[in-house]
Parts: sequence; structure tokens; C-alpha cells
Amino acid sequence: MKILRNSALLLIVGFMAWMMIHLYGQYESRDALNPVAEYYAVNGPEETGAANLVTSIVVTYRGLDTLGEVTILFLTAAIIGLLLRTEKGSRKKSVRESSEFLSTASGILIPVITLIGIYIFMNGHLTPGGGFQGGAVLASSFILVLLAISNKRIGHRLLDYTEAISGISFILLGILGILLAGGFLDNRILPLGNFGTLFSAGAIPVIYSLIGLKVGAELSNVILELNQIQGEEEEL
Amino acid sequence: MIQIILLIVMAVIMLVMAFIAIHHKSLQVAVIASGIISLFASVIYIFLAAPDVAITEASIGSALTVGIFFYILNKIRHEDIKK
Amino acid sequence: MKIFELENISMAAGFLLLMVGIWGIISQRNIIKMIISFSIVDTSIHLLLVSIGYIRNRTAPIIGEGVTKTDAATQITDPVPQALVLTAIVIGVGITALLLTYSLKLYRHNRSLEINHFNSLKW
Repeated sequence: MKILRNSALLLIVGFMAWMMIHLYGQYESRDALNPVAEYYAVNGPEETGAANLVTSIVVTYRGLDTLGEVTILFLTAAIIGLLLRTEKGSRKKSVRESSEFLSTASGILIPVITLIGIYIFMNGHLTPGGGFQGGAVLASSFILVLLAISNKRIGHRLLDYTEAISGISFILLGILGILLAGGFLDNRILPLGNFGTLFSAGAIPVIYSLIGLKVGAELSNVILELNQIQGEEEEL
Repeated sequence: MIQIILLIVMAVIMLVMAFIAIHHKSLQVAVIASGIISLFASVIYIFLAAPDVAITEASIGSALTVGIFFYILNKIRHEDIKK
Repeated sequence: MKIFELENISMAAGFLLLMVGIWGIISQRNIIKMIISFSIVDTSIHLLLVSIGYIRNRTAPIIGEGVTKTDAATQITDPVPQALVLTAIVIGVGITALLLTYSLKLYRHNRSLEINHFNSLKW
């Protein structure tokens, strides 16, 4: 039985290896951009005013994809909350206090990490970085908060409001783009400004900051759910 | 030239870490090995001229994912102690 | 020589990691090990996509010191795969968290993480 199973596995993996060797052998390195990428490279800086072309693709040209991605993340957080919900009142938790080192150091580190996260998503149109990266950095500072004050309960309320407000404003800005400019999530509803300065590129900094807040709130929500679960003893 | 040698070394380390992640007995070691794979992948993205992807992979793949794995492993161990 | 170029080496590493990850998914019995293999497959696919977008002797798609606005099309690598991978990484962490939550739920129900012990749908 075991020999049969192992040989079946080897057959599957060998077939995949054969396919991949063919794919690898047929690949030829490129020496020019394809037409879509060339359009973005030629017209992107003029049309959107953003120095970082990846940002202009993520926020403007492919903005609808970003909306779907944020929706998937929201659904994930909601499903995790549904699966791990506990009864109210049974939340007494016996955790040990966090150590002196951790609570002192986190008091210094948390503001700095949060500031770096905000910097990353404010400057997404000029330097590498943007809403997703900044949101992830914010969520990592939230892990530090949870570790430092492990004996207190943290409410969902602030995270929920942040997420709801930034999501609604993101969609409202997109609809404003339909009304005032070329289409959904068009960034030319604000003046494009000087190329390469902080307040340029129309609405891109605003939209990317909203995405950053939303992603940060969603990832923090997931971590908070995982932190607060109890042993629901045999309730199934 | 030095870039290519570094790249080959990193690729070999990633493959070794993948074998450790799959075949090591301890789950904690496996999780840390998968985090190391993400870390080296983010260095390779810088060689491939993709700084945006490198920042994302370093902050999400090797920090947040490992954190979530350890939360769950901690919960499973607690359930064991309680019984 | 074709093999010793930057994008060929990273692409080979991506394919090998993909193979190792799929081997892990179909051969391991522990659910957490399967989820770890899933995240390895995730990383390898991102590596493959980014190395497809790389063009030799070009720089990152950011207009600045080295890249001028007018002839950006001949100086930058392909920005489209990078934008796709950016969203794929964030979705990947969400999916991993969801899988882990299900595994915790299964552990509470069955007191085990071995896939062989879940036989309530077998007949």
C-alpha cells in the first residue's frame, strides 16, 4: 500500500517536473516592453503625475483590481471573526504580565513604527512603498501593542470605525472620479501639481492613504481575533 | 558577476530551507524556515529591480505570516495543556 | 551562456521551490505542514512572476535620478507583473490566516492535526 502511494506521488511530481522543464526551456528573455507596459511607461507620468509607475498602475489604471483585493481581505477578516466568536462574559483570561523590558521598549518603539508606516503610505507615489506596505507595518506595530499590554482587553470599536470610514471614502472618491474626470478612480479630480513633490499626482496620495488605513485595520482585526479567542470548551 | 554568485547561493539556501520546512519534525522550526524563504525572496526581488515587491514581501511574508502562524501554534499548545 | 543570467537563475529557483512545495502539499499528513507548503508555493509563484517581468540592464520603474520622463520606455523593467504580485502577496496572507483558523477549529473538534484522523466524510 505504501509503495503504491509513494509511486503515485512520484508519478504526479515527475509529470509536473517534465512540464516545468519544457516551460523553462522555451522561455526567452525579453529585450523590450510589451505594448501595455509601454503605454503605461510613456503616458503614465503625464496622465497621473506619479513618479512611481507601479503606484500609478495599482491605484489608477488597475484601481478596480485594488478594490476587489481590499474586499477579499475584508471578507477574510469577517469570516475569521465569525469562526472564532465567543460568548460575551466568558472572556476572563489568565495571562501572565508582559515583562518590564517589553513594556518599556514598546513605549518607545510603537510611535516610531507607526510613523514609518504612515510615511510609507503617504509617499507611495514618489518612492517605493504604498498602501499595502504601510498597512502591513501598521499591523506589525499593532502586534507589539498586543504583546505589551497583554492583560488588558482591547475593543474592536476603533478598528471597525477606521475600516468602515476609509472604505466608504475610497468608494466615494472613485465615484467622484466618474462625475468629475474620466472614469472610476480617476485621480485628476484634484490638480496634478508639480511633478515629484509630496502634494502632487492628484488624488493618488489620498486614495493610497485610505487603502493603507483600510489594509492596516483589516490585518489588525485578524490579529486581534486570533489574540482574543478562548478555549471554547467542547461547545461543538 | 558577484550578483550572480550571490543569487545562486541564495537560491540554494532557499531550497535547503524548503526541505527543512517540509521534513523537520518540529513545527516551530518549519515555520521559521518558511519565514527565511520569504526573507531571501525579498532580497532577490531587489536584484530583479522590484523594490515595491521587496518591501511588501519583507514586511508581510516574513513578519506578519510568521506571527500569525505562531499565534495559532500557541493556541493549539494551550488546548493540549488544558486537557 | 543562457543559464547564467539573473532572470534564468531566479526562474529556476522559482520552479524548484514550486516543485518542493507541491511535494509537501501532497505528501505531508499534518495540516500545519500542508499550510506551510502552501505558503512556499505562494512565494515561488511570486518569484516566477517577477522574474518574467525583468529585462536585462534596466532599472526599477520609478522616474527619478536615473530615469528621465521622456524615454522611460527604454530604461525601466516591466511594471505590470510587479503591480499584480503586490496585490497577490496581500491576498496570500489573508488566505493563510483563514486556513490556519480552520485548522484550529478542526483541532478543537477532533483533538488531532493528522489528516488521516478526519474520516467523518469517508465511507
